[in-house]
Amino acid sequence: MSDASELRYLATHEWGRIDEEGILTVGISEHAQDLLGDIVFVELPDIGMELDAEEESAIVESVKAASDVYAPLSGEVIEVNEKLLDEPEIVNSSPLEDGWFFKIKLNDASSFENLMTEEEYNATCEE
Amino acid sequence: MVDFHGWSMPINYGSQINEHNCVRENCGIFDVSHMTILDFEGEDVEQFVRTLIANDVKKLSETYEGLYSAMLNDNGGVIDDLIAYKLENGYRLVVNCATRGEDLKWISEKAKNYSVQMEERDDLSMVAIQGPKSSEVLSNCPAPIVRELESKKKQQGVYGNDMFATKTGYTGENGFEVILPHALAVGLWRNAIKAGAQPIGLGARDTLRLEAGMNLYGFEMDDSISPFECNMAWTVDFSDEERKFYGKEALTRILKDDKQYELVGLMLEERAILRQGQKVYFDADKELEGLVTSGTYSPTLKKPIALARIPRISAKSCFTEMRGKEVFAKIGSPRFIREGKEIFKGRI
Repeated sequence: MSDASELRYLATHEWGRIDEEGILTVGISEHAQDLLGDIVFVELPDIGMELDAEEESAIVESVKAASDVYAPLSGEVIEVNEKLLDEPEIVNSSPLEDGWFFKIKLNDASSFENLMTEEEYNATCEE
Repeated sequence: MVDFHGWSMPINYGSQINEHNCVRENCGIFDVSHMTILDFEGEDVEQFVRTLIANDVKKLSETYEGLYSAMLNDNGGVIDDLIAYKLENGYRLVVNCATRGEDLKWISEKAKNYSVQMEERDDLSMVAIQGPKSSEVLSNCPAPIVRELESKKKQQGVYGNDMFATKTGYTGENGFEVILPHALAVGLWRNAIKAGAQPIGLGARDTLRLEAGMNLYGFEMDDSISPFECNMAWTVDFSDEERKFYGKEALTRILKDDKQYELVGLMLEERAILRQGQKVYFDADKELEGLVTSGTYSPTLKKPIALARIPRISAKSCFTEMRGKEVFAKIGSPRFIREGKEIFKGRI
């Protein structure tokens, strides 16, 4: 994974990153993992599932609360990070790298531009 | 940091699970100065406290010994749960901060008929040192009362140099609670940390007490719940027939009522955490229902656990619906861990 590739966000604290052409890797933000506290379970979508943008796609459960994870953009789930099933704490320790949730093949690669930039997202977190 | 009934308190200092495990395996220190400390003195003090709470302080044989009890209203509902300590010239009640207002109102009203003085000790802090290594930590703190405390049993305590230390706690581990002036508390805190204790926030305090099967006011009980419905029957002392206490008549009536609920422990093998307020059912018709009072992920057992108030039936399991799926839980004793070891007993 390239650190250089840009992260884009949803206001509901998911990030997306284009790691390969047309493929979006999805996870939750540093801020979200901090708000949730220790994460104890993660439920991932099935491979092959067609997701709409902002559709519920995964569940993350922490010591404090259960929270839905929304798909940033529409597309088909092509890979999930099964490691999280046994080691959900990776989401806390590495939310932007090893703690990714799933990858989707975007229906429209240009839709990435619709997501918030890091600056825009950070501004919503401060509100 | 969160606002906890007017007190600014940390949910965690770092990772809640690490803090939890530290208390089970090592030693943690908690700032519990938010607890309300009330001292009682006066000619009628013993009679007053014996009337005020449902457990009987008469059985405190030693000065500085503590006793867990409920304070009940006239309907037998729990106004608060507390620890009553015997002092040289009276009693000390440590009550919840969430219920402070209601408690003070109730107690002041009842005290009018007695020759008794109450003093709220907001000049004192309270620190809890808990975990298998808590003795070691405390013995490295320069406090002369520590050696005396060594020889004491659970629930007993000592007093010296302005420090009131007892072998009590809210974690299910061995440990101490120390009540002392604010200025001394800072020193004790620093010394304990130097000696290896780790600071523990409200989050781990909750998962520790839940594993230990200890009640939290507003969750397992409130003023509409009787002690029999929140695993506090053992704290109600009927042995002295002459003794009157608030709620006694109501409890005598409630004892004959077979529609009472009881508090049980639930253990789940599934990847879903039950939360307060969720309903649980026992058969497909959902004729009877129970209520989850507290639920969490148990860091010690590495699975979800919960406390629930359910009808007195012999069911061995129950289920709830979560995210469109049925999730099953084993029913058993309302306690899971004692001194680091699993003690949960599922019904057979």
